[in-house]
Amino acid sequence: MITHVENPVVEVHDLTVSYHKKPVLWGVDFTLPQGALVGILGPNGAGKSTLIKTIMGLIPHSSGFSKLFGKELSEVRNRVSYVPQRESVDWDFPASAYDVVLMGRYGKLGLFNRPRKADKEMAMNCLEKVGMADFAHRQIAQLSGGQQQRVFLARALAQDADLYFMDEPFAGVDASTEAILMDILKSMVTRGKTVAVVHHDLQSVKEYFSWVLLLNMRLVASGKTEEVFQEELLQRTFGGKLTLLSKMSELVHKNEFPVRES
Amino acid sequence: METIVRFFSLQDPNVRYVVLGMLLLSVSTAVIGTFSLLRKKALAGDAVSHAVLPGVCLSFLISGQKEIWSLMAGAFVSGLLSLWCVQYISKHSKLKEDASIGIVLSVFFGLGVVLLTFIQHQGNASQSGLDAFLFGKAAVLMPSDVWVMSIVAVVMLFMVYAFYKEFTLFSFDPGFAQSIGLPVQRLEYILTALMVMSIVMGIQTVGVVLMSAMLITPAAIARFWTNQLFRMLILSVVFSMIASVAGAYISFLAPNMPTGPWIVVVLSGMALLSFLVAPQRGIVWKWWQARILKRKTAEENVLKAMYQLGEKENSFQETYTLEDIFSRRAYATVYTSRILQRLHHQGYVIWEQGEAQLTAEGIRKGSLITRRHRLWETYLTQVVNIAPDHVHDDAESMEHLITEELEKKLLEQLKDPSLDPHQSEIPPIN
Repeated sequence: MITHVENPVVEVHDLTVSYHKKPVLWGVDFTLPQGALVGILGPNGAGKSTLIKTIMGLIPHSSGFSKLFGKELSEVRNRVSYVPQRESVDWDFPASAYDVVLMGRYGKLGLFNRPRKADKEMAMNCLEKVGMADFAHRQIAQLSGGQQQRVFLARALAQDADLYFMDEPFAGVDASTEAILMDILKSMVTRGKTVAVVHHDLQSVKEYFSWVLLLNMRLVASGKTEEVFQEELLQRTFGGKLTLLSKMSELVHKNEFPVRES
Repeated sequence: METIVRFFSLQDPNVRYVVLGMLLLSVSTAVIGTFSLLRKKALAGDAVSHAVLPGVCLSFLISGQKEIWSLMAGAFVSGLLSLWCVQYISKHSKLKEDASIGIVLSVFFGLGVVLLTFIQHQGNASQSGLDAFLFGKAAVLMPSDVWVMSIVAVVMLFMVYAFYKEFTLFSFDPGFAQSIGLPVQRLEYILTALMVMSIVMGIQTVGVVLMSAMLITPAAIARFWTNQLFRMLILSVVFSMIASVAGAYISFLAPNMPTGPWIVVVLSGMALLSFLVAPQRGIVWKWWQARILKRKTAEENVLKAMYQLGEKENSFQETYTLEDIFSRRAYATVYTSRILQRLHHQGYVIWEQGEAQLTAEGIRKGSLITRRHRLWETYLTQVVNIAPDHVHDDAESMEHLITEELEKKLLEQLKDPSLDPHQSEIPPIN
């Protein structure tokens, strides 16, 4: 069940992706409307992170394409923000929370330019928005998991983008921090931004998201939460893998066979 | 003494070249080494430094003379080649990166030693001094070498200055760097080339065997002393300069001493020292912090004991002997009189002629510890659902750690309880 929209912010067409020569996503096809708060749901190994990494150009794809605002990623980079998983970086890096948030401005700066006063103010503002102003000059290793996650969100806010992809922003976060983060995401959406979030907790889906992608190596469903978030589709997403599809992936991997003939 | 003056006054032009060369080398390796360390490429640096040896030997065999540019070019090429081999092996075989580094390092170095032995037995007069490439000899530096080193150092510093924010972001979070459109592949090449360049620059004076220590150790030491990248860069340059000039000086004193090993000895000494005494990360610092905490705990325990004695008698004005205090505590300690003396100085207790009495401050503090203890017990039984007879020991240590803020939250969540699970009164805040 895949609902397509007119003038999509994100358009993904027949996307097939291999990771370490093993296909993890098959023929994914969807569109996202502007101003949606999108939950990307699926079991472990469903390819949720892979999907947003591919859209962000971090992983090459075997076939298909994705368009953002109807254009190639390289043309609209300044309008798109990516929040990696918290575990993907080494938090012992010698930097403060403020330093990390300031990195959100680098994309707009270009080579050789140092951050200007306006950039620094923006970074400070964003730290304030996530309630981390008091921790601005703390070394990032001294922050709790939830605080680190908030720093990542502040960095994304500092990018001042129109479209956000977030990889498990609620992982390792306590309930009160999750509420704070969620308020911020909701206020972003009311200002017309589009936010897509890789999410794990099915309990909160109805309350959090206006749009849902159900993913398990292939796209099971994409559409408004009330239409898509229902027993039968969830069963198809989470009720075990498609054995044949997984077996094919294994075969491709074993034989180092290109998933698309080229 | 005379040699110290001769060395550090820099009157001798030879000494001048050596010191200048070592300083230039320190700047380049420390700066690029900091990024190598942060990118977790320390092992790759070791592979490269060993792998430049065959390049040096081959270029000598081809050109037949010890000319700095061609030797460096040979070293650069074989250094890069080794990294390419590491990548190729870890990508196209079952071996992981550490294994392929080990293989490439030993194969290249072995080949280098074979070539070096071959050259030495050739009887070519100009080969003398080539064996210094193994462990380094600062004294061999010629003016032309120093010129080359300064050019490399300037290029290096300029690159790091120009790409400071790109290098930083790329080292911290390559995924994000790529997502904002930084050319991460090119940054990787540049950083790798700079690393190889700085290693090549040091093979004459430090030698291929220990060159990676010059790259990594100063940065590792600097990390002990700061949490800020820019300061880390400055500090690692300073540490590296001290070590390399010291190494050069020692090999100047004793001309048979190789420079490289001495630099490494000095660097390791500094690393060990930092490991011991650096603030927050050093073990002496940690030991001292633990000691302070232990003292505080002991003092608070005595105050609590006296407070609880007072509770029993419904009066906090009584005086107590050491035996009285021991009776309230799980363990008696000979230090108790010393603790009482400290509490006396801090104004919590009046301790005179073997008798102790709480002051008003002491009563307040004693009730605070008792309150936190009983609050924690209440919290554990009511909220965490732990049996009342299992909560005392936990509260014994938590009472010293609970902060004012946490106490407030406990009071809020437990709705200002008046009794703890053992029916003792929880002293109110006054």
